[in-house]
Amino acid sequence: MSSNHVRQAGPIMIDIENITKDYVMGEEIVHALRGVSLQIRSNEYIAVMGPSGSGKSTLMNMLGCLDTPTSGRYEFNGRNVSAMNDDELAAIRNREIGFVFQTFNLLPRADSLRNVELPLIYAGIDPETRRERAARVLQDVGLGDRLDHKPNELSGGQRQRVAIARALVNDPSIILADEPTGNLDSKTGEEIMALFENLYQRGHTIILVTHEANIARHARRTVHLRDGLIESDDGDFGGIGILPMEDRLEADATL
Amino acid sequence: MKRFAYELTESWKIAVAQMRSNKTRSTLTALGVIIGIVAVTLMGTAIAGIQIGFDKSMAVFGDDVLYVEQWPWKPVDDWWNYRDRKKIKTEYAEPINRIIAATPNSNLVEAVPTSSLIRSVKYADNEVSNVLIRGTVSDYLITSTFDFKEGRFFNELESRGGANVCVIGYDVADALFPSDSPIEKSVLINGQPFKVIGVIARQGTFLGLFSLDAIVVMPLPAFQKYFSAKSDSDILVKVKDKTRLAEARDELTGIIRRVRALPPEKKDDFSINEQQALKSTLDPIKNSIAIAGLFITGLSLFVGAIGIMNITFVSVKERTREIGTRKALGARRRTILLQFLIESTALCLLGGFIGLTVAYFTCTGIGKAFPSFPIHFSLGLVFVSMIVSILTGLFSGFAPAWTASRLDPVAALRYE
Repeated sequence: MSSNHVRQAGPIMIDIENITKDYVMGEEIVHALRGVSLQIRSNEYIAVMGPSGSGKSTLMNMLGCLDTPTSGRYEFNGRNVSAMNDDELAAIRNREIGFVFQTFNLLPRADSLRNVELPLIYAGIDPETRRERAARVLQDVGLGDRLDHKPNELSGGQRQRVAIARALVNDPSIILADEPTGNLDSKTGEEIMALFENLYQRGHTIILVTHEANIARHARRTVHLRDGLIESDDGDFGGIGILPMEDRLEADATL
Repeated sequence: MKRFAYELTESWKIAVAQMRSNKTRSTLTALGVIIGIVAVTLMGTAIAGIQIGFDKSMAVFGDDVLYVEQWPWKPVDDWWNYRDRKKIKTEYAEPINRIIAATPNSNLVEAVPTSSLIRSVKYADNEVSNVLIRGTVSDYLITSTFDFKEGRFFNELESRGGANVCVIGYDVADALFPSDSPIEKSVLINGQPFKVIGVIARQGTFLGLFSLDAIVVMPLPAFQKYFSAKSDSDILVKVKDKTRLAEARDELTGIIRRVRALPPEKKDDFSINEQQALKSTLDPIKNSIAIAGLFITGLSLFVGAIGIMNITFVSVKERTREIGTRKALGARRRTILLQFLIESTALCLLGGFIGLTVAYFTCTGIGKAFPSFPIHFSLGLVFVSMIVSILTGLFSGFAPAWTASRLDPVAALRYE
């Protein structure tokens, strides 16, 4: 990592308090999250780690407003997400969250420009502005000459850059990346991580969900999950982002 | 509203892109709708054609003429009651006209006697069989409207005198005189020569059953002289005000009873027929043919719709991850619903458009090959077909689109 500069974190953006999530699987109830509390401020670069089955994906779905908790409270920029209906959640996702997926999830038959325009379509932006903004963001991620390429005409790294451009285009509060390098070779993966670093330096808030330690080390703060609880959280820089003591004790107790 | 229009345009773009990228599938799926629309449209043109032909056939009777006949123009169960009725005689015309003239404010104009039977007509080596030979008076023209291809109708003098003259229908003229004019030539009926003085312009067929052009009209006295036996007679009565047809009917009933000297306790032993009554007898038949036809062809469209529904379900299944992605990026339920509805509707519209084109050329082709076939292609039909296409699309797309819109984004994103 070229620069390990830690930027000053801003006000609290995500405030999760004691959320749980239960799934019914046949006759069994699976407690994916057993009471997680977490605060994320703007301008943070945070990695959520944990083995499979730790509740990492479930937490990511909660953070990304793709799902609502069974119990507990989730506030996003002061708005209570836990009580929102599907369409309100869709609006939050559209405006506040930029998703980056492991499998890129680009529309296969649409060119880069059209793919990046997609969130703006759902935001109801007029076609000219849309085009202009999508082209600019693609320029920013180094794909200014690939606007009319379809995903199958692009390399894996380029596809992920298109996906990142798509995540950025509606100027979201956070970028939520789920194993963004999982389908890439390590060299390309490092390039993508460099891009995230760059975005962080430019003031974006990034949440990275991964099980790879050498990817997670790019983040400034790491949260470890195990069995649906937070096992550790090193977000103790500048006295911000630290969990309340009792939560840490509880997490320790489950080890 | 503006937002809806925006979503509509965007969904439309997505749908077109989707159809383009799946050309083979889209074409095959649309084929079902194409066949359905072709079937329904052709049936529609046929029904419209039948309707027009029906109206044209009915017009032959005139909507302001009452027919005094032995039999009613409707199916009867107790036919024996009608069989033994006294025949209608052409001689009634005279007393009827006298009574009409003597009645102030009569709603009747004039009674015209006719007498008909079927015979062959010959000229030189040519012969036409099954020709309706009709004897009547020169006033026949007030009850029956037709144009003359050439020549004229017989005048009052010829009518009264029973001159051996006749007016022939288009088919008779065509068969007997393929290359030259029949005027002033003599045709043979029952061995008797009749001089042709006029040719009636083509009238077509009656409900496609028999030709209205296989006819020979001659003065009544001449007819009675040679064909009086076995002929059927009826009296045609022209009505003054056709909006008061029922009144005219009652008036005429009274007159005929008087002419026939029927005592009051006896029931009418004759029938007064009119176009409207015939129409109302035939309308239900015509309508059930139309409904049955549309229903059966509608089934083929329904099969097409099921095809669209099926393919939209497959499309939703295949693109589950795409739907998940779209939802993650902020697509609302309505947006997803609209997208798939528009995809299926676009397919149906495409199918409808092609189907309509095919139907149009088929109609034109049939019209050229068989001019007598009742077919009628109208702008209204185009409009209706397009509406039907859209409705088919909405119908077949709704269930899959609804499923898509209800997908849980988390599950959809994880779908393999």
